[in-house]
This record gives sequence, C-alpha cells and structure tokens, in this order.
Amino acid sequence: MADPIVRYKDVHKSFGEVEVLKGIDLDIAPAEKIALIGPSGSGKTTIIRMLMTLEEPTSGVIEVDGRPLWHMEKEGELVPANEKHLREVRGDIGMVFQHFNLFPHMSILDNCMVAPVHVKGEPKDEARQRSIEMLEKVGLGDKLDNYPSQLSGGQKQRVAMARALVMRPKVMLFDEVTSALDPELVGEVLEVIRDIAKEGEMAMILVTHEMEFARDIADRVLFLDEGTIAEEGSPEEVLENSKSERLQSFLSRFRSSSPS
Amino acid sequence: MTWSWNYVWESLPLIFEGMWITLGLTIGCFAFAMLFGFVWTFLRRIPWTSVQKLVGFLLEFIRSTPPLVQLFFLFYAWPMVPYVGVTLDPISCAILGLGGHFSTYISEIYRSGIESVDKGQWEAAKALNLSTGKKWTKIILPQAIPPTIPMLGNYLIIMFKEVPLTATIGVTGMLHAAESFGAQTFAYVEPLTLVALFFLAMSYPSAVLIRKLEKKFNRRFDKKNPTGTNNNMDKGVAVNG
Repeated sequence: MADPIVRYKDVHKSFGEVEVLKGIDLDIAPAEKIALIGPSGSGKTTIIRMLMTLEEPTSGVIEVDGRPLWHMEKEGELVPANEKHLREVRGDIGMVFQHFNLFPHMSILDNCMVAPVHVKGEPKDEARQRSIEMLEKVGLGDKLDNYPSQLSGGQKQRVAMARALVMRPKVMLFDEVTSALDPELVGEVLEVIRDIAKEGEMAMILVTHEMEFARDIADRVLFLDEGTIAEEGSPEEVLENSKSERLQSFLSRFRSSSPS
Repeated sequence: MTWSWNYVWESLPLIFEGMWITLGLTIGCFAFAMLFGFVWTFLRRIPWTSVQKLVGFLLEFIRSTPPLVQLFFLFYAWPMVPYVGVTLDPISCAILGLGGHFSTYISEIYRSGIESVDKGQWEAAKALNLSTGKKWTKIILPQAIPPTIPMLGNYLIIMFKEVPLTATIGVTGMLHAAESFGAQTFAYVEPLTLVALFFLAMSYPSAVLIRKLEKKFNRRFDKKNPTGTNNNMDKGVAVNG
C-alpha cells in the first residue's frame, strides 16, 4: 500500500484513571474509507478526536502525511508540538460533528466562508464562489442567506459537511453524524456522504452505528472493543463473517432493530 | 415645615450642574470598570495555578470590602503609605475606587458570557483551524458579548446609584450640591427630593430599556438551543439578520 496518510503508532489515551484506548496501531491509505464501529465507550470517537487535535494522546505517535501531529522534531528528538505546528498539520484534517456545531450567528454562506477567508486568506469572491458551489452540491443552494436555526437537522448537517469540504482536507472525520437526527432525516445526510465518498481522493474515517451504510461505503471496517481494535477487515469479513462472539452479539443488536 | 417652591427653583440650577458631574463620573467609573474587568478576565484565564489563586484572592478581597471603605482608604490612607502612596484628587480617587470595585463584578459578567458559548463552537473553530485571534473575534466574542449587554446595563444603573458615595470624599455631584445648599439655607427637603427625582428620572427609563434589550437578545439565535440540534424547520424565524 502507498504511504499512509494517517498512522497511529501504539496510541494510548486515558481520562484520569480510566484507560480508554489501550494501544492503537492503524495505517490509513490516502483515499481509504474506514468505518469505526463498536459499543459506546469503546473509544471510537476518541480515536478521531485525537486526530482532530481535540484530545491529546497520553502516549504514542499519530502521523499525518508522514509528519507527527502531536510532536515535532527538535535535534533528532520528538518533543511536544507547539500551537504553530499543530495548526500546520491540522490543516489536512476536517471534521463533521454529531451536533453539527454550526456558528449560529452567521448565515449558512458565512459559515462556509469563514475558514477559507480567515485561515487560508483566500479572496472573498473566490471563497464565496467555492462555498456556493459546495452548498449547491449538498443541495442547499437556495438557503445561502438563512441562519442555522432556520434549518432542519439534516440540512444543518449538510451545511456542516460543506463547511468542512470547502477547506479541501485530505482526511475527513465523521463523528456519529446521523445520531442526533430524526430517523426520516438520516437518509439525506448519508446520501451526501455517499456522494463525497464516490469522488474518491479524500480519506474518510466514519464513526457510525449505520451498519448497512458502513458496508456500502467502507473499504475497511474496524470493530473497537474495550479500547483496542478487536477485529478489522473488509465489510464482508467483519460484518458478515465475524469471528468473535462479542462482535456477533454487537451486530445482532442492529439486525434485530434496524429494518433496513 | 412647608414645601417651598422657592427653594426648589433656587436649588435646581445647582443640582442640575451637579448632575453633569454625577453623570460624567458614572461614565468614567464604568469605562474604567469595563476595561479593568477585561484585565481580570484575561488574568484569570492564564493557565497557571499560582496566578489564578492570587487573582482569585484579590477579586474576593475587593468584592467583599465595602466600596465606601475602599474610597476612604484611597483618599485618606493611601497618601500615607510609604514609597507607593500618592495623593489623589477626589475624581481620580472615585474612578479608581468605584471603578475598581465594580470591575470585579464586570469580570464575572465577561466570564459568564464566555462560558455561555457552547463547547462545540470552540471545537468547530479548532477543526476549521482558525487562529487564536480569529477564533475569539469571529466565533467566541460575537456569541459571548450579546448576552452580557443587559447585565452590563444593570450594573451601569447600580453604579450610577453608588456614585453619590463619592460625596463623602468631596466630589461635587448632585448630592454634594444639595447638601451644601441645605447647609446655607437650612432647607434640605426640597434639594434632596430633587436629587431623588433626578436619579429616578434617569434610572427608570434606563431599566426599561435594558429589559427590552434583554428580551431582544434572548430571542436571538434560538437561545435554548445554541447549536441548533432541534429538527423542526421554520421554528427559528425570529432570526433575520
């Protein structure tokens, strides 16, 4: 496989006394689509939050495009990264949150434009043009001047995706992006993610409870259990021919409850 | 005694003149309090336990001492403190004393404003890689400031009513004017009633205005649901511009 875009090397994370991640080793290829599944509390959200620099690993190294994320090299040694280094490396990562986290005081268009203009220093016209294109792509070209509170949950989540995509990240993280939505709105959001995935060039890590969806778009499914990657493989291997009993019992809960 | 309209007309110009000093001093004290409140808030965000403890102690100390004692100390005792003591004129003393006292409350308001911003907003700002400066100016402050405006207004009115304390150190505001008029004519009822009416005439409309502001800001951005996790369309029509 090509040089990985993201690499976790023996990454541990503890919150106080509780060790949430107990040694994660993981390589993600450019353009690879990964689905992270597992019971709540298994640490799957923590894995991507560390990549977005929202949580600092307790130990271990995370690399993005060959560069350590939380560390920088100084005289041949790895030392904790400063804010400048974090900002540099973080630019390759984008994230969509469970609760959208749109900026409520800005219009939909401004939500998308704020980062290209103020982070990348793009001219306003160019940023506006690209933001409009992206919002049209997610089907919200007619809502540009609306405010987040005027949208449905599904629409908000599509804005959040457009906002992240405008920054052209190399890796996109999706943190249970349909969990806060009413069931009838889940479809429209998954549809947009499917479209993004088809375009291909971006790596994607999805923390999800939508098993059917994971099977459809993921190249690889990881089952997290008690802070370790308990099983991994193609969607068929993991979701249909799971080896461990824990994974089988985890999956059976979804089979019985989800009609799709 | 009888109410004398003559005394009313005689004292009115004096009190009117004093009103400008009272108003000016209120603005001066409040500006100082807003500025210094910002300094306190900033100091308290320094992630260094010893600094935080020291600042916390200072704030508690200033807040728990009566403003009158602070004014007296600054005016009478401060000049006698060796090396650092300086003699202050009444106005500077009032601004430093009252402004300093209220800055501790105002820093609390700033803090509550900042804390009212949802955690997800900070995370989104980080995920979009905004610099610290842009994060504050574009994301955090625009959401933190509006809810503090009615609270700041309330403190402005409270401070306005505390300004007469400075008469005790010789600031010639409305109260001082009424008092010296009384000392010369032995008529206290009329001038003091006028002073009270002046305060009422300014405080009450301000309080009404602030209540209106409060309602307006509560309506903005669907306050109960700052990140907008509800799925109901067309409910947030209150937001328009």
